[in-house]
Amino acid sequence: MKIHNTRGGRVFDAVNYVFLALIGIITLLPFVYVFAGSFATEAEITRRAFFVWPEQFTLGSYEYIFATPAFTRALVTTILVTAVGTLVQLAFTVTMAYPLAKKSLRGRNVILSLVVFAMVFSGGMIPTFLLVKDLGLLNSYWALILPAAINPFSLIIIKNFFQELPAELEESAKMDGATEIGILWRILLPLSKPVLATFALFYAVGIWNDFMSPLLYLSDNSKWTLQMYLRQVTAASDLLGTGNVDPNYIPPEQGIKFAVIVVATLPILIFYPFLQKHFAKGMLIGSVKG
Amino acid sequence: MAAPVVEAEARAANRPPVRERKNGRFSVHFAHYKWLYLLLLPGVVYFAVFRYGPMYGVSIAFKDYVPFLGVNGSPWVGVQNFTDFFANPDFPRLLGNTLILAFLNLGIAFPLTIVLALLLNEVRLSVLKRTVQTLVYIPHFLSWTIVASLSFLLFALDIGPLFQFLNNVMGTNIDFLSDPAWFRPLIVLQDIWKNTGWGTIIFLAALATVDQDQYEAAIIDGAGRFRRVWHITLPAIRSTIIVMLILAIGQMLNTGFEQIYLMTNALNREVADVFDTYVYFVGITQGAYSYSTAVGLFKSLVGIVLIFGTNWLAKRFNQSGLF
Repeated sequence: MKIHNTRGGRVFDAVNYVFLALIGIITLLPFVYVFAGSFATEAEITRRAFFVWPEQFTLGSYEYIFATPAFTRALVTTILVTAVGTLVQLAFTVTMAYPLAKKSLRGRNVILSLVVFAMVFSGGMIPTFLLVKDLGLLNSYWALILPAAINPFSLIIIKNFFQELPAELEESAKMDGATEIGILWRILLPLSKPVLATFALFYAVGIWNDFMSPLLYLSDNSKWTLQMYLRQVTAASDLLGTGNVDPNYIPPEQGIKFAVIVVATLPILIFYPFLQKHFAKGMLIGSVKG
Repeated sequence: MAAPVVEAEARAANRPPVRERKNGRFSVHFAHYKWLYLLLLPGVVYFAVFRYGPMYGVSIAFKDYVPFLGVNGSPWVGVQNFTDFFANPDFPRLLGNTLILAFLNLGIAFPLTIVLALLLNEVRLSVLKRTVQTLVYIPHFLSWTIVASLSFLLFALDIGPLFQFLNNVMGTNIDFLSDPAWFRPLIVLQDIWKNTGWGTIIFLAALATVDQDQYEAAIIDGAGRFRRVWHITLPAIRSTIIVMLILAIGQMLNTGFEQIYLMTNALNREVADVFDTYVYFVGITQGAYSYSTAVGLFKSLVGIVLIFGTNWLAKRFNQSGLF
């Protein structure tokens, strides 16, 4: 169909295109500013209101933060917790999704209804905190991983995916003497690699970005993750009195804050193209009643 | 193919084909599926401990929780914690703060999402459309810590770019980060920046299903761009809008703990405190576990009532509801 374009229509298009381009640019500007600022001198950050390119290029802020033990420790911790947490979450989700994909398994419907109920209602912050405390997980990195080991939504999507794989594959493997675990490991997992990679990315982003769990469960600041460190660095002067910032902490120069934000953001931006390839599709699957 | 295989296998093992028999003995069923039950075990334990454990722990909302007595040993106090909360002057303040933020979100951010989706839908230059989408989805993946940190830098006293720009334009000298009057605009601004782009996905998906023939017919009848949007596009995505609205209303009291917490400071507490952050401050930092659990439970129950209530209303007005 050829859309008949009137003069008014063309004006609308032009205005719309310019407007949307502006929206895109405005969304991006804070990053550009922070990225440029992380390579600028302190004097330039204080003097110039806004810039997208530093006049005088320096790596000083990065040299400073990578020489700060609290920062490098938080960075390494976060990378490790994210890696282990993603693996744990994937393992828990897949091992539970596979049996639930078998319609003939008894108890399946009961378990599925309990999973769905857990999506609607949760115990909330305090009972979860007390549970983690009673399990002796306070100030343990497992407190960042275990309470969120399975996301019910992901579980149901992966279960539905397994259910839709052709049953013949499994039956023929069974004739060859494969056990259920062998079928899962050697047949289903290789087939679902793209799906699992997508979930792994989303899990990883979730753990990397998590601020509430370390805030609740890690009171020992030598165990802090990058998000906790970032908050300490950027907010110290503005947040006196909320009780979670070390009062003896001296806020650093602006350039340091810029550099820490860049380090915390960069992994997300690097993985973003891979995320983007899948998320629109994933979200639509998720919106279908399971 | 499936049935003969099961039968052959069953004959070989000299037992009935369990799959076909729903009412067979459980021990037989279990023996056949033992590996599957073994795989199921970690997940079931997870749900029992980390999902249903806290639900059981909610019982302390009706108790006077004493740490060394535990959840079971602490004495019952009935609805004391709830009556204490409703009688507390904090209650109307929290309710007000939470509702104002929720309505600002529903009134500003929600319609903006639809407008952005409609504008993107009108773009026929696919390079531009894809580029803009790529850019506006990014903030969704950043943590609230990063969003808050960016806000602290952009509005930093005296040197932040937005601090300077806005104060120059308005001829003022406002510290946006600590001025209580600017707390809500900042929160809404952050919400818009972080989630408007992402929110368009669901509407764009709905827009993609609109019957193109209707537009053709409307063009022949002489309908302009805006009338086509008004009479065809909007009615076509009405059910999506209603479903998203029901979900948003159900989430009204969930103001987003991390965002509010990160933007709260000693000077803006009066307008910043909402249910979620109050539970944290009273429960975790002051140790009033039972009381704060009661506050959290109250919030969850109101959320459930809201979601069922709006769903019921939507159905009454002859719209398709959520369930």
